Amino acid sequence: MSHRSFVWLCLLPLAVVTAAFFLLPMARLVVTGAEGPQGVAGYLAILTEPRYRATLINTVALAAATTIVTLIVATIAGMFLQRHRFPGRAVLIAMLTFPLAFPGVVIGFLIILLAGRQGLIGDLSNRMLGEKLVFAYSIYGLFLGYLYFSIPRVILTIMAAVQKLDVGLEEAARSLGASPWAVQRDVVLPALAPAFVASGAIAFATAMGAFGTAFTLATNIDVLPMLIYTEFTLAANFSTSAALSVGLGIITWFILALARSFSGSAVAAAG
Amino acid sequence: MNASAGHGASVRIEACGKTFIDGTRALEPATLDIARGETLVLLGPSGCGKTTMLRIIAGLELPDPGGKVLFDGKDMTSVPIERRNVGMVFQSYALFPNMSVSDNIGYGLKIRGVPAKERAARVAELVALTNIAGLENRRIDQLSGGQRQRVALARAVAIRPGILLLDEPLTALDAALRDRLRGELNRLLRALGITTIYVTHDQAEAMELGDRVVVMQKGTIAQIGTPREIYFTPQSRFVAEFIGAANIIESPIENGHLVLLGGRQAIGGGASMPAAVAMIRPETIRVVETGSAPLSGVIDSVSFIGDRQRLVISGVSNRLFTVDAPNTVQAKAGERVGLLISPDAVRLLPSNN
Repeated sequence: MSHRSFVWLCLLPLAVVTAAFFLLPMARLVVTGAEGPQGVAGYLAILTEPRYRATLINTVALAAATTIVTLIVATIAGMFLQRHRFPGRAVLIAMLTFPLAFPGVVIGFLIILLAGRQGLIGDLSNRMLGEKLVFAYSIYGLFLGYLYFSIPRVILTIMAAVQKLDVGLEEAARSLGASPWAVQRDVVLPALAPAFVASGAIAFATAMGAFGTAFTLATNIDVLPMLIYTEFTLAANFSTSAALSVGLGIITWFILALARSFSGSAVAAAG
Repeated sequence: MNASAGHGASVRIEACGKTFIDGTRALEPATLDIARGETLVLLGPSGCGKTTMLRIIAGLELPDPGGKVLFDGKDMTSVPIERRNVGMVFQSYALFPNMSVSDNIGYGLKIRGVPAKERAARVAELVALTNIAGLENRRIDQLSGGQRQRVALARAVAIRPGILLLDEPLTALDAALRDRLRGELNRLLRALGITTIYVTHDQAEAMELGDRVVVMQKGTIAQIGTPREIYFTPQSRFVAEFIGAANIIESPIENGHLVLLGGRQAIGGGASMPAAVAMIRPETIRVVETGSAPLSGVIDSVSFIGDRQRLVISGVSNRLFTVDAPNTVQAKAGERVGLLISPDAVRLLPSNN
């Protein structure tokens, strides 16, 4: 057996698995999406049908807000945690990354405990303002849940990137007269840009597609995964849910590709 | 503070020590004056505290309480580095990878709000001065080590600093390039006439560049002096052995003579001591016929270096003796030779170190 055919033989299991569990279902999904009463035009429904379009905009806005806020919070926290040594630091990092193990359902549960009808925030606001503040079952609750979900992932990436920063660069900028703000703007943030794109992409894709949290909080939040679920299970509208699924995938992929080309660095597009 | 005359500020550090949080004493309290326009070299092995002293002068480290840093007589101890107007060149060069060569050089001017036109003129001036014309629009990762070194220097000088601080700026380069850039750097520093503090572990750099050299050892200043003073009149065994090659001799002195295995060597005067430590530089020793010198030994090995040859001779004192002989001398291992040493070339050192 030649070396070349040996390599091909080794790749055979990968090819079989890819075809059976990825390519074929994907192809079937794409075909199903075009089998509705409108045919291929069913794919455009995600943009033309007002309810679908509103949901799409909602979902992208939620994912974008989650990504931006996560990056801000995680960058400040990650930079502080990486640069300072204090008692309890290891425990704090362990606690911050603890939610990594939680499924979406648990995150949803935590949000209900915090901001639900019997939640902590409701209790406090009731005592202080005489009015119960409840937002767990809305898109704000979902936003908080996604933040909770994304921050641990992003913090770890940022901390690794901060560790690799050359402290000499910051000292050089300072020696040239740069204020602490200017050092961040001109030296630190540009150096962290690849880490922002990499971890931001994961946060964005997760927020676009996450289902468990939304499902736990309420069934009437307007985000695409929920829409797909209701079309599929309640309305048994296979072709529309297939078209919406393909649309969700393509739009997420397109936005990530855009972010990647802006940063100009190689980042694995997380689907 | 903007010393546009280019002669910079004088520096005084007063009782500056540094103890790190983990209790390590990096620098014993030291006091040092650096004159306006002087080039001072901090020289020593790694861990001797030279970089710590530089970082205290720069404002990157605070001295232990009681220590003071003064520029032109003004107390700068609590002034952060960004307001000290110092130019600094780092061992790693620390060039900004997200900026071009000219943006790197102009960064300090941009921070100071210098208009773009004026900035471009100053950058062009420095590009010419440091010999990097044609590289202005390159990215940093497209530069060689020597080019990076020049850009780092141009960037530090662009802001017309009062003091130029260089932290082992040539260490990252290969030997041949290091030698060439050393000469270039020397001419540049002389031309700028700016107060310069230069940290290195390389004694050849220290000798060539320094108006004065501060030899440091384990956090203390071992000796301060001109390169000649440091070389010819070391005040301790550490300095003698760290700077250049030295034969260290431990022997009694009788009537102004070192009493050695291979004979008696005059040192001038008529003193007697039961135990003394003396230093003789290898190049001050002449190889002659046996019998025509009071001292003799057997050649152990000969290393031909090109411009000279280094002989290792046994049987002179209780350790091997190094002699630098002209490359014309015929010497073979196993031969017995006489060694002629002028009494002036023998330097007595304090015996306690």
